[in-house]
Amino acid sequence: MMGDLLVHGLFMLYVIAFLMGMATIFTWVERKQSALMSDRIGANRAYIRIPFTQVKLVWMGLFHGLADGAKMLLKENFTPATYDRFCYHLAPWLVAVPVLVVFAVIPFGGALQPGHLFSAEWFPGLAAAFGDRSYPMQIASLDAGILFVLAISGIGILGTMLAGWSSNNKFSMLGAARAASQMISYEIAMGLALIAMVVTYGTLDLNQMVQWQQQGVWGIFVQPLAFLLFLTAAIAENKRVPFDLPECESELISGYFTEYTSMKMGLFLLSEFIEVVVISALVVTLFFGGYSVPWLTAGGFVFPGGGTWELPHLVVVVLQVLAFTVKVFIVGCFQIQVRWTLPRFRFDQLMDLGWKFLLPLAAANLVITAIVHWALL
Amino acid sequence: MNKPLSNPKLTRPKPRKQYWNEPTLGWYEKAFIFEIVRGLMITGGVFFSNMGKWLTGRKGALTAYYPEEVRADYSPNNRGRHVLTTRPNGEVQCVACNLCATICPAYCIEIVAAPNRAEPAHPKSPLRFEIDYARCIFCGFCVEACPEDAIRMAKEVPELPGFDRDAMWGKVDMLKGWQPARDPLKSYPVAAPATPPKAQP
Repeated sequence: MMGDLLVHGLFMLYVIAFLMGMATIFTWVERKQSALMSDRIGANRAYIRIPFTQVKLVWMGLFHGLADGAKMLLKENFTPATYDRFCYHLAPWLVAVPVLVVFAVIPFGGALQPGHLFSAEWFPGLAAAFGDRSYPMQIASLDAGILFVLAISGIGILGTMLAGWSSNNKFSMLGAARAASQMISYEIAMGLALIAMVVTYGTLDLNQMVQWQQQGVWGIFVQPLAFLLFLTAAIAENKRVPFDLPECESELISGYFTEYTSMKMGLFLLSEFIEVVVISALVVTLFFGGYSVPWLTAGGFVFPGGGTWELPHLVVVVLQVLAFTVKVFIVGCFQIQVRWTLPRFRFDQLMDLGWKFLLPLAAANLVITAIVHWALL
Repeated sequence: MNKPLSNPKLTRPKPRKQYWNEPTLGWYEKAFIFEIVRGLMITGGVFFSNMGKWLTGRKGALTAYYPEEVRADYSPNNRGRHVLTTRPNGEVQCVACNLCATICPAYCIEIVAAPNRAEPAHPKSPLRFEIDYARCIFCGFCVEACPEDAIRMAKEVPELPGFDRDAMWGKVDMLKGWQPARDPLKSYPVAAPATPPKAQP
C-alpha cells in the first residue's frame, strides 16, 4: 500500500518536473532556434553570478526563462477597471490546469518493477517490499485514455472564452470569439483523426497503443495522413502561429489575455509551452512508438536477425524514459520550426482549412481505415 | 437636350492596365503540404548550416556582440566618440573658447577654463572638459565650430553601455589620445619657435 503510494507519488513528481522543465527549455529553444533560423544570435545576456565570486554562468542564455519567470512574478498585478471578478481570476487556471492533467494518461515509460531495479543483494528491502509487482509508468492507466485526453483538453476552450469575456474589453472579446470558433472547429478534425487511430490500434488505452507499435511498426507508417491531420489540428488547438488568430498582436493586442498581467498572463504563456510538450507527447505516443525503443523488450534487445542482448531492468527503464524524452524534444523542435516558418492565416482561410479541407480528409481517412479493417480482419 | 452618348469609346472606358497577376493557386499550392515542406526545408537548411557553424566554433550570425565587438564596417566618416587632439607635449589643443559648448544643440559639453601660464602661446586651457554622452546627439557641430581643430570625432562608438546614466560622462582622460603629429592626413603644423610676448615698457 505504502509502496503503491510512493511509486505513484514519484511518478507525479516526475511528470510535473518533466512538464515544467520541458516547457522552460522550450522557451529557450524557441528563442535560440528562431535566432539560428534568421541568422541572429538570440538571447544570451541573462546570467547567474555565483555568490561572492565574479563567475557569471551564462550557458547560452538558458537563464532567460528563469529571468522571465521572476519578472512575471514580480510585476504589478493590474486588473481592469470593470471586470467579472470570479471569472477573471478563474480563467488562467482553466487554461493551465487541463494541459497539465492531460499528461496523466500518457505513458512515459514501460512497466516498472521496483523490486527488480537494483540487485537484491544491495537493496534487500526494496526487493522484499515490492516483490514482482509491476507498475505501468503513467499516472493513471485509464482504459479510456484517448477519450480522457479529448475531454480534458476541451476544457481549455472554456478558459480562453472566460478570459476574453470577463476582462470587459472588446479586443479580448474578439480574441475569445476567434479562439472558441477556431478551437471547436479543429477539435472535430482532431477527434476524427484520433478515431482512425483508435480503429487501427483497436484500443483506447495509450499504453496498449504503444505496445501495439512496439510489436509492429510505428503508427506514422500505418496512418501518415492521420498524423498530418492530428498535428495540424493540434497546433491549431494550441493557438500558435500559423493559427494564432486569437492572440494576433497586430490586430488584437494579445487577444483574450490582453487585460491580464503578471503571473496570470504568465500562466497563459506557460500553458502554451506546456501544451507544446503535451502535443509532442501525444504525437509521440500515437505515431512514433511512445517510449518504445526499436527491438527493445522488457528483457533487453531482441534483434530480428536472432541476436539478443540482455540488459538489467534499470537500464531498460532508463532507456525507455530517455527515448520518450528525446522523441518529445524532437517533435517539439519541429513544432517550433513550423511556428517560425509559416505566416499567419486569414480567418476565413482558417475556417476553410478546418471545415472544407481537414474535416473531409479526416472523415475519408476514418472511412477508409474502417473499410480496410473490416475487410482484412 | 443632351444627346445620348453613342460612341462606345466614351460610354465604355478602356480597360485599365493591370499591373498584377491574379493570385491563382493550382492543386499543388492548394494542398498546402508541399509548399509547407518547401518552406520548412528552407528554414531548416538555414538552421542547420548556422548550427554547423556554431558547433565548429564559427559565428553563425551576422550580429556583432555590441560592447565586446567593434563592427568592422563603420564608415571612416562616422561621427562616433569624441577625441581631443593633443600637442606633441601631451597637452590638449583646446583653448577653452567655449565655441563648441555654445553651438552644441544638446547642451552636453561642459568646459571650465583655467589660465595656463606655463605655455605663453596658449595661455588658456580647459580645467574641465566633459561631454555628457547621455545627452549627446552626435551631430558633429562641435567639430565644425572648433577653431583650433581640438575636437574631432573618431569612427568608433563610445563605450556607452552601463548601468548608470551618471557614469556616461566623457572626461578629458577618456577623450584624449589623438596626436595629430601622427596623423598623416592632417598633421600638426610644425610649431614656430615660441616667442615670448614682449614685456611692456
